[in-house]
Amino acid sequence: MLIGKPAAIPSSEITCKDMYVNRRRFLRGAAAAGVAALGAERVGRLISPGIEALAGTKLQTVKSGLTTTGEDLTSYNDVTHYNNFYEFGVEKDEPAMHAGALPTRPWTIRVDGKVAKPKTFDIEELLKLRPLEDRVYRHRCVEAWSMVIPWVGYSLSEFIKQCEPLSTAKYVQFLSYYDSKVELWASRSAIRWPYSEGLRMDEALNPLTLLTFGLYGEVLPNQNGAPVRIVVPWKYGFKSAKSIVAVRFLDKQPPTTWNDMSPGEYGFYSNVNPGVDHPRWSQKVERRIGEPFYKAGRGTLLYNGYGSMVASMYDGMNLKKNY
Amino acid sequence: MKRSTLILLKTGTWVGCLWPLALLVYGAVTNTLGPDPVSKMALTTGYTTLVLLLVSLAVTPARKLVPKLNWLIKFRRLLGLFAFFYATVHLLTYVALYAGFDVNTMATDITKRRFIMSGMAAFLLLLPLAATSTTWAIRKMGGKNWNRLHKLVYVAAIAGIVHYWWQVKPGVLSPLRLTVVLAVLLLARPVLAVVQRRKTRAA
Repeated sequence: MLIGKPAAIPSSEITCKDMYVNRRRFLRGAAAAGVAALGAERVGRLISPGIEALAGTKLQTVKSGLTTTGEDLTSYNDVTHYNNFYEFGVEKDEPAMHAGALPTRPWTIRVDGKVAKPKTFDIEELLKLRPLEDRVYRHRCVEAWSMVIPWVGYSLSEFIKQCEPLSTAKYVQFLSYYDSKVELWASRSAIRWPYSEGLRMDEALNPLTLLTFGLYGEVLPNQNGAPVRIVVPWKYGFKSAKSIVAVRFLDKQPPTTWNDMSPGEYGFYSNVNPGVDHPRWSQKVERRIGEPFYKAGRGTLLYNGYGSMVASMYDGMNLKKNY
Repeated sequence: MKRSTLILLKTGTWVGCLWPLALLVYGAVTNTLGPDPVSKMALTTGYTTLVLLLVSLAVTPARKLVPKLNWLIKFRRLLGLFAFFYATVHLLTYVALYAGFDVNTMATDITKRRFIMSGMAAFLLLLPLAATSTTWAIRKMGGKNWNRLHKLVYVAAIAGIVHYWWQVKPGVLSPLRLTVVLAVLLLARPVLAVVQRRKTRAA
């Protein structure tokens, strides 16, 4: 069984100390670089709410029964320096260098669409809504690499309750932060911003779907989608929208960024499935990030190994057609 | 050019061309190739192949534009062979690290995936060029035939750039820079030929 038993040690205690120390130094550097890049008029605004204070902040967490056991965690350094966050550059190491520019306070999530009434939630309010849980999840990228990440958050369903969706709401759309003056690197790719992702209502309500505020027991680094993101562990990573500013409840399937760009390559569902190849490569195996180059890839699991929790949602569905 | 200058420049070319490989080998031995060493190796060797191909394609237009740079021809074979060398290492990273030497995987990739196809085509086009790179082969084939065969390098470079575009996600424009360079280098040829014809006619 892959899910069930809570980890004996809180994930926050697993990383060795020098990695923590280096990380702080890095984040300070990233914040400073961001400030420098933005120019004088924004400096005051960025310094006063204190990005630095946020970056190293330890979160109060509790254990979770939904954590994944039996996997070695990917190092903090790799989790935070190998990112796809194209608003901050298309190379994997660019978000870590550039995302310091992202202003994570003040931050709100706007909720609208098929809801009792539109609402806006402040990040501080969301952080206190439910106890924050330590949840280790496998993370499988559509590019055939994977990580194991100790996230911090609570089930998205808890938040959805607060949104009071109407019975006509069948889908949820997530929109990421976008400001071309902050995310100067976004215009280097021919992608329509803001980044948009979506889930079917039952997928969004699945307890595994995590509203995520941190990793390794601490506040999310900007490049990992601060201050709040979605994590859907049985789907390819791009389904897990970062730095979300709006949640929309809809009666039909929302447009989503990669599906719009190339529908043949990136399906709306994008459930991890070794049986359905990406047109450009096989999805049968994956490279675990941080492992030496000579180590053979590992077999990819259907639904990324979370089938017991999610497979029933797709009963009777043709997974080859609805990839 | 003085013999000592030439030796110096050739040494510099060797060092420059081997530098990316040296960094990779050092990184592999010390396990410092970053979070995803396999993609680092594949991307570095692929990119270096394209850069060296483009540099070797720049030799002819540079000589035509600036007759003083005629000596550049002495470096073209070296640059071309290094491009082929990196293409070979690039192919090996695929065969060993991505396909795991699995023949079935490779067969599927080559027949089904256009980005693998275009890369393989580029490599196969470079193969006869590398094989006929010796002075002996040039003499044996005769300059005219040799020149004709080596026009394949244009097709190989285009296939390589197409391979790059098909490898990245749609919307990602990273291959644009090298594409523009290749377009300029290819267009420079007919343009320079026309200019030269005008000049000789005027004279």
